[in-house]
Amino acid sequence: MEQLVYKKPDSIRDDFRITFCPGCDHGVAVKLVAEVLDELGVRENTIGIASVGCSVFSYDFFNIDIVEAPHGRSLAVATGVKRSKPDKVVFTYQGDGDLASIGIGETIHAMTRGEKVTAICINNTTYGMTGGQAGPTTLIGQVTTTTTKGRKVEISGYPLKVAEVLKEIDGTAFVARVTLDSPQAIMNAKKCIKKAFEAQLKGLGTGFVEILATCPTNWKMTPQQAHARVRGEMSEVFRPGIYKDKVSEAK
Amino acid sequence: MKKEKELLKGNYAIAQAAIQAGCQSYFGYPITPQSEIGEYLSEKMPENGRVFVAAESEVAAINMLLGAGSTGVKAMTSSSSCAVALMQEGLSFIAGDEIPCVLVSVMRGGPGLGYIYPSQGDYYQATKGGGNGDYKIVTFAPSSVQECVDLTYKCFYVSQKYRTPVCLLADGMLGQMMEPAVVGEYPYEEIDQSSWALDGAKDREPRYIASIEREQETLRKRVVKIFEKYNQILENENLFEKYEIDGAKLVITAFGSIARIAKAAVKMARKKGLKVGLFRPIMLNPFPEKIVAEIAQKVDGILDIELNCGQMLQDIKASIAGVASIPVEFFGRPAGMMMTVEEIYEQIEIAYKKIVEKKYGTACI
Repeated sequence: MEQLVYKKPDSIRDDFRITFCPGCDHGVAVKLVAEVLDELGVRENTIGIASVGCSVFSYDFFNIDIVEAPHGRSLAVATGVKRSKPDKVVFTYQGDGDLASIGIGETIHAMTRGEKVTAICINNTTYGMTGGQAGPTTLIGQVTTTTTKGRKVEISGYPLKVAEVLKEIDGTAFVARVTLDSPQAIMNAKKCIKKAFEAQLKGLGTGFVEILATCPTNWKMTPQQAHARVRGEMSEVFRPGIYKDKVSEAK
Repeated sequence: MKKEKELLKGNYAIAQAAIQAGCQSYFGYPITPQSEIGEYLSEKMPENGRVFVAAESEVAAINMLLGAGSTGVKAMTSSSSCAVALMQEGLSFIAGDEIPCVLVSVMRGGPGLGYIYPSQGDYYQATKGGGNGDYKIVTFAPSSVQECVDLTYKCFYVSQKYRTPVCLLADGMLGQMMEPAVVGEYPYEEIDQSSWALDGAKDREPRYIASIEREQETLRKRVVKIFEKYNQILENENLFEKYEIDGAKLVITAFGSIARIAKAAVKMARKKGLKVGLFRPIMLNPFPEKIVAEIAQKVDGILDIELNCGQMLQDIKASIAGVASIPVEFFGRPAGMMMTVEEIYEQIEIAYKKIVEKKYGTACI
């Protein structure tokens, strides 16, 4: 007797074309978002915002309406969509360069206004698409194409701890930082992504999940080494956990 | 429903017209000399069940407009000069995405912060743009408070009909002055946006609004298609004013607020027997090159008058190149200074003597 053990989420296109490098965590993150959209039953009522970076080709795999934002402006675009169509489910899928560097102003102010949207941020401590330059989340000592001798505090300061900053904003309703380095971590990440959408659906405020993700290509590591890095030095600086949860409080 | 004539400030006229046109979402950041638009809409939009968001910057405002426009609603922002400069990236995306929306640009003196007085220094900014790639921002320039109303309506209509960003290009004088105007009913048909707008992929294929395109040939075709649209807009939506053009030997070209003052100077010249006319383009982009060329073939010369150092002047010259070999004189005043009727008349006289009567002297500009 046949038994269905795994099914591609409806929120992923049948003819999807994944544009990410082998071993990269983006694919898992995208799948989790798609599964959450399916489970919440909101796929047909969702408008996604594609950002600039590795995430720009979101429409190649998400089976939903999508509008592309200029670099860093996803949460401003999301604001325009959500305010104009308040009954729609609106989310952004952004990298750390997009959300935390060029777009930090839009990020903070959208959340300050408590926009009823969900923001997913992939933090891989580098600008992946342009070839691995240093960004605001690059760790001290990390070698990149623009910090060839390692990031030095006296030259480029400290890594920005996005979840810690955003939890202080009154308009956020759910803030968490997760990893994707083990089956348990992936299950936990999905729960958090779901809550970040529930924050929006319940009208509590902005839901935010920062995903510590691998970039084996630019880190010049195998996927296993890359996940070890996430578990090790990345998690030491960017502590995984739930930083704010008004969703559970509201239950 | 307002149908009576009332004494209205230009900025309020634009804001009231936006409400009347059915503008659903407004995003803005304060800047003089247009702040009254946002102030008015901050109260009236929520009262009418519509959206007002005080954006944290003009960069955010233009991208909120992108998002709102992508859902097919009528959406608008308003700003001025150095702040419109911040919107150029967003405008390029909006044009590439073919998203309908309206930008009200109330010009002040520049460059940089300049100051808040009326100027036409942003003709280039509006019509040539600072965003990347091949695109145009369709631009209409009012010269009275009544035209602020009528052209706000036109901007919404053209933006929705052709799925393109449209700019209402006013200046500090129009924004701040009061004169009688009627904010009547929105005179255009509603254009259905449901065939392309984003509202969730229910019982249909998902829709993507994006400027990125990996296939070169597809991208080329898309840009060519957008430019075909600009041709249609020029053909179908062009607006201009011709005054005393027939039999004129010298034609004044001017747009917006200064065209009004120039018109008074033309009347003065006519009274004194000078054969002078006025051509005022109301749609500045796409530029009505053919009409300028036709006029140029019938006159001895053109005197272009602008509140800048000669910006539309370049479009006038380009329009007549290879068509008419006539002199194009220029009288401009940059940085937020108006001209009087007498000053313009004086320049008309100088140009007339030089071009029509062939009496060359020293032109004082």
